[in-house]
Amino acid sequence: MKLVKSHSSGIQEGDFTPMIDMVFQLIAFFMVLLNFNEADVNEEISLPLSVLARPPDGPIEKPITLHLRNDGGVMIGAESVPTVAGIKPYLRFETDQLTIENKRPRDATVIIRADRAVPTGKVQELIKVCQEAGFEKFALRAKEEIRGH
Amino acid sequence: MKIRSKSNDKVELLMTPMIDIVFQLLVFFIMSFKIVAQEGDFNVKMPLGFSGPGQPDLSAPVPLKVRLVAGPDGSIANIMFNDQSFGTEFEALRNRVISFLTPDRTPGSGSDNTEIELDCDYDLHYEEVIKAITAVSGYVKDNNEIERLVERIKFSPPRPPRGG
Repeated sequence: MKLVKSHSSGIQEGDFTPMIDMVFQLIAFFMVLLNFNEADVNEEISLPLSVLARPPDGPIEKPITLHLRNDGGVMIGAESVPTVAGIKPYLRFETDQLTIENKRPRDATVIIRADRAVPTGKVQELIKVCQEAGFEKFALRAKEEIRGH
Repeated sequence: MKIRSKSNDKVELLMTPMIDIVFQLLVFFIMSFKIVAQEGDFNVKMPLGFSGPGQPDLSAPVPLKVRLVAGPDGSIANIMFNDQSFGTEFEALRNRVISFLTPDRTPGSGSDNTEIELDCDYDLHYEEVIKAITAVSGYVKDNNEIERLVERIKFSPPRPPRGG
């Protein structure tokens, strides 16, 4: 009886092309959806919901983001202050920066990301402190509420 | 002259390093991916002269007053629109604003000139204020488009805290 040689001596090569196609498509998908603009997002703050909260059409000119926590503390960038009044030196720094850029505080927009349970009086105090620093434009940030939920 | 003959051997590309890097990229993007709800802004323009004791701007239209009264736990206890009470229903406030604006809803007039001033209790939860701003700002129609109502919103001078 003659035995048939079942294994060829050459190296068998798989076709990688479909796999690479798929992997590149996956990378493209995640790259497009990835939001690197999470510097403004603060996990400590639970934003109020609103069905009208839609992302702005264009970029906001000179945004300054203030996070108002439930305990009344304010965060600007990586800095945190325990009271609303403590934000004044940081606002002065921001106005100085705007002056260097030949801008005025009224050209900037203060984005207020306040916790949903914070007393409204605290938000108004924060607005007042910003007004005293010369800021006029404010944006109250809310999270989009999906209808039917 | 000697002409070199082409070799019949296939030139093989080394795929392994590329696949290594590509998979690392893929893992990086998968790990960084996070589904977050979109955020949006309600614009409020409040120059300093508004809340201070200075000269009032006589050219500005008289704003509509919305008073938000807080309950003991910070939730909404009463909504008033130009001294008319609506209980705790923001939907009723929206309907009132719509009926108020209806005669003026012509292009270039009407809601563009209308301004609403929110007068809120100190202890009222901020969430309730956003609900009120949502109610007076507009609503989402059935085709998912937003119908804008009043876009000029400002706050009254802050009230003192309860018992303070």
